[in-house]
Amino acid sequence: MTLRRTILKTFAGAGLAASLVMPAMAQEPIRIGLILPMTGPFTSTGRQISAAVNLYVAQNGATIGGRPVQVILRDDTGVADVTRRLAQELIVNEKVTAIAGFGLTPLALATAPLATQAKTPMVVMLAATSVIVDRSPFIVRTSQVVPQISGPFGTWIAAQGTKRVITIVSDYAPGHDVETSFSLAFREAGGQVENIRVPLQNPDFSPFLQRVADAKPEALLVFVPSGVGAQFMKQFVERGMDKTGIRLIGTGDVVDDDILNSMGDAALGVVTAHHYSAAHPSAANKAFVEAFRRANNNMRPNFMALGGYDGMHALYEGLKKTGGQGGEALVEAMKGLSWESPRGPISIDPQTRDIIQNVYIRKVERVNGELFNVEFHTIPNVRDPSKPAR
Amino acid sequence: MSAPDLAAGTLAVRVRASLVLSRRWHPAEALFWLFAVAAALLFPRQLLLMNEIAILALFALSLDLILGYAGIVSLGHAAFLGMGAYAAGLVALHVAADPLLGLVIGMAASGILGLITSPLVLKGNDLTRLMVTLGVGLLMLELANALSFITGGADGLQGITMGKLFGQFEFDLFGRTAYAYSLGVLFVLFMVARRIVHSPFGLSLRAIRDNPLRATASGVPRNWRLAAVYTLSAAYAGAAGALLAQTTQFVSLDVLDFHRSADVMLVLIIGGAGYLYGGLIGAIAFKFLQDFISIFTPQYWQFWIGLFLVLFVLGGREIIHGGIKAILVRLPFLTSGKRP
Amino acid sequence: MALLTILIDGVAYGMVLFVLACGLSVTLGLMNFVNLAHGAFAMAGGYVTVVLMQRFGVPFLWTLPAAFLATAAAGWVMERTLYRPMYAKSHLDQVMFSSGLVFMSVAAMKYVMGSQQQIIQLPGWLLGRFELFGISVGRYRLFVIMICGALALGLSWVFARTLFGARLRAAVDDARVARGLGIPVGLLFAVTFAAGSGLAGLGGALGVELLGLDPTFPLKFMIYFLIVVTVGGTSTISGPFFAAMLLGVADVAGKYLIPQAGSFIIYALMVLLLALRPDGLFAKAKT
Repeated sequence: MTLRRTILKTFAGAGLAASLVMPAMAQEPIRIGLILPMTGPFTSTGRQISAAVNLYVAQNGATIGGRPVQVILRDDTGVADVTRRLAQELIVNEKVTAIAGFGLTPLALATAPLATQAKTPMVVMLAATSVIVDRSPFIVRTSQVVPQISGPFGTWIAAQGTKRVITIVSDYAPGHDVETSFSLAFREAGGQVENIRVPLQNPDFSPFLQRVADAKPEALLVFVPSGVGAQFMKQFVERGMDKTGIRLIGTGDVVDDDILNSMGDAALGVVTAHHYSAAHPSAANKAFVEAFRRANNNMRPNFMALGGYDGMHALYEGLKKTGGQGGEALVEAMKGLSWESPRGPISIDPQTRDIIQNVYIRKVERVNGELFNVEFHTIPNVRDPSKPAR
Repeated sequence: MSAPDLAAGTLAVRVRASLVLSRRWHPAEALFWLFAVAAALLFPRQLLLMNEIAILALFALSLDLILGYAGIVSLGHAAFLGMGAYAAGLVALHVAADPLLGLVIGMAASGILGLITSPLVLKGNDLTRLMVTLGVGLLMLELANALSFITGGADGLQGITMGKLFGQFEFDLFGRTAYAYSLGVLFVLFMVARRIVHSPFGLSLRAIRDNPLRATASGVPRNWRLAAVYTLSAAYAGAAGALLAQTTQFVSLDVLDFHRSADVMLVLIIGGAGYLYGGLIGAIAFKFLQDFISIFTPQYWQFWIGLFLVLFVLGGREIIHGGIKAILVRLPFLTSGKRP
Repeated sequence: MALLTILIDGVAYGMVLFVLACGLSVTLGLMNFVNLAHGAFAMAGGYVTVVLMQRFGVPFLWTLPAAFLATAAAGWVMERTLYRPMYAKSHLDQVMFSSGLVFMSVAAMKYVMGSQQQIIQLPGWLLGRFELFGISVGRYRLFVIMICGALALGLSWVFARTLFGARLRAAVDDARVARGLGIPVGLLFAVTFAAGSGLAGLGGALGVELLGLDPTFPLKFMIYFLIVVTVGGTSTISGPFFAAMLLGVADVAGKYLIPQAGSFIIYALMVLLLALRPDGLFAKAKT
């Protein structure tokens, strides 16, 4: 206890000293630690988010209230204890005001206690398991929550008259979340559902698809990490399952905008639910997509990029309100923020610090020679349904 | 006493004398440990990284015990790291938050796993052993994923809060306690390992490594010795795992992942196997290099690590080792303890 | 019937694994060299196909020989320059050296091609399925089976019937004696290494559709290659072939019949096989 108190005192002392000399050091930058998987199997996550963060800073200026903003990027390679160590170093050594990033659920969960201990706001820009925001009062999420999308999707699919669905999900936490929340909503609406889980490192889906072909459901819901989705889709078509009347449905991860266009005709007609499509019809989105593509060698932004872009927006707006101050004040300032994002209207739930947003039902279509997820139905202002509204 | 007995007696005496001599401390060793302690004061910003290095060093030391001294190659050592980490994490979560208790249980759990799997590495050539150990490692990973009601599956083991070390020192944000704890454990276990490899048991292991046929013919129970050292090594890896779980207060499936086994192998090869310090030096080089490069180029640091490895094998090692020798020659007091 | 379909899927999968791994098996047997970077050649082959198809509009079929030739050439150059000094070094040095190459290739490929999954569009006549005696067969899978099957036959013919094969076998058995008999062992090494790399490249190209392709390919599939080689042994062509078949079929069938078990089956099978037959399932009896 004594040691901890000393440290807290040191922290408080440092903070006090900093605020006393503040006028003299007006140029002391606001540092934001950005921790992303830039190497390893989840590289594309890091690439999308860091590109979006850079774009936001470029568009909105690298100063807040006269103080320069400095984003410090670190690569956690997708390994949880590295994420935690980097976050700890950023907090202790670089004195960052906030940490952001977190591409996978375990990475966010490993860091959460640290955010509480150091009272550092932590903006989750991608990890989507429901439980994350409960693990620290300093966490704010700007990406999506798995049940937020697959729950309403289950209800909607049932409302279309579909009775029997098989789900195939990757055997890891977000996959389990999709399976549970979709099945729950779909059963409640009177449907029948069967669940299959596939290993995360799985190159060949044919055995699982064969099982589905044997069972002949009306629709097959799939959730696999975004890169693997293309593989899945091709094998689905290759087995001729698109012709047997089994509809392929899923969350937007499978038809990730980043690679959708290269999936080819296999993806045409796939119906998914998600919170963002690069084809979202709004002026804000059009400008965003155009700027993003220009800055990144014509790479198309996907939902991950949006998590990073809106995460930066939440931080910028929060920091403007607090005058550059971090800690609890910054979290408070971010609570209840609402704005028009490229994905549509979104807000930060003041109670759960989680995102509230529209969920769109989309279909893959060819637009101007490129494949896009075209939105045709909107479920407005969806909260995480697994948590009761207070 | 008959003549052969007498000769054996003198041989035993000679061997014992040489073992005693080899146990003697070299001044450079003392310098090494002094520096490890001083590093805590010299680089207060790097304590967390240094904690990771100490843990990796212990992990590499455990691999050195089987690779350097018994010639058993392994690509699945993460199985023991993970076992220790999960055991220590579960103890902290469900039994008691005392770090030392977790450490002991972590070591014991991994040691038992090592004992059970040791028959698998007694047979076959290097490649077979690589693959069998790899297979065991992958099986452990699959198992931990399947037993998600115990391990937390892909989410990892959440909510571990460690008690104070000796009831006194809390694990702080700066990593002071963490580094002191890990370094302390590393030092104690290193001393034990040092004593073991310079004992008749260690000598018999090297005999098996260098010429299994001859060792067996001279009455060394090859299988039992190998099983014993494999178990010991597993327990050491378990200790590293326990330290990792306790100082990060988190365990995820990643501790069992293949890249852990591969990394530790690289670390040991960089440092050199078979003299105990190799793992330690390798861990320092590997981690600093990785951390240093990844700050400059978070996306492409692997390239430079790869280039380093290639150049190292292609001739860089001779240059580095030559440089160290040259320095040692210049500083005669460092080599004064050197055996003739 | 569904089971037979699964069997064919498994065979196709195993065939690709064989083509990917057979080069590794020969280099391991011949030069006693642990080349973990073998997957990098496979990846390179895959990217040759992707780039040729996407940027230059070359038809898929033509990219296959291109993938073979390009990676074989790369293998030749690498063998002559980088690999040669490694033969005399210890296994551990070789492991370190080749994993260094893997890291470099992964990062370099990411820099050049980006980290996303690469996807190709097969020609129409390779898409879809047809019924054969009531069994539903994927056209592309059948295509892969035929190509790889022909390659396996060709390889075993070269190995067993040609002068080159005889020399190769002699060199594998005892390089020193072979050299003493006037066999140009060094040249043999280079040719074999280049051919093995080329086959890996071809396998990578064929595998883009089945296994996917991104810069982490060499790391992801290294384990599979090594399983094929160790289970199959390094002294024959048929050993790795049957090992790859076994791996492919067991993996696919296991996942079909017991999806909960996941990859468990394949790893357990490997450990079991190696525990029972430490020198590989099809190893020749040593004299």
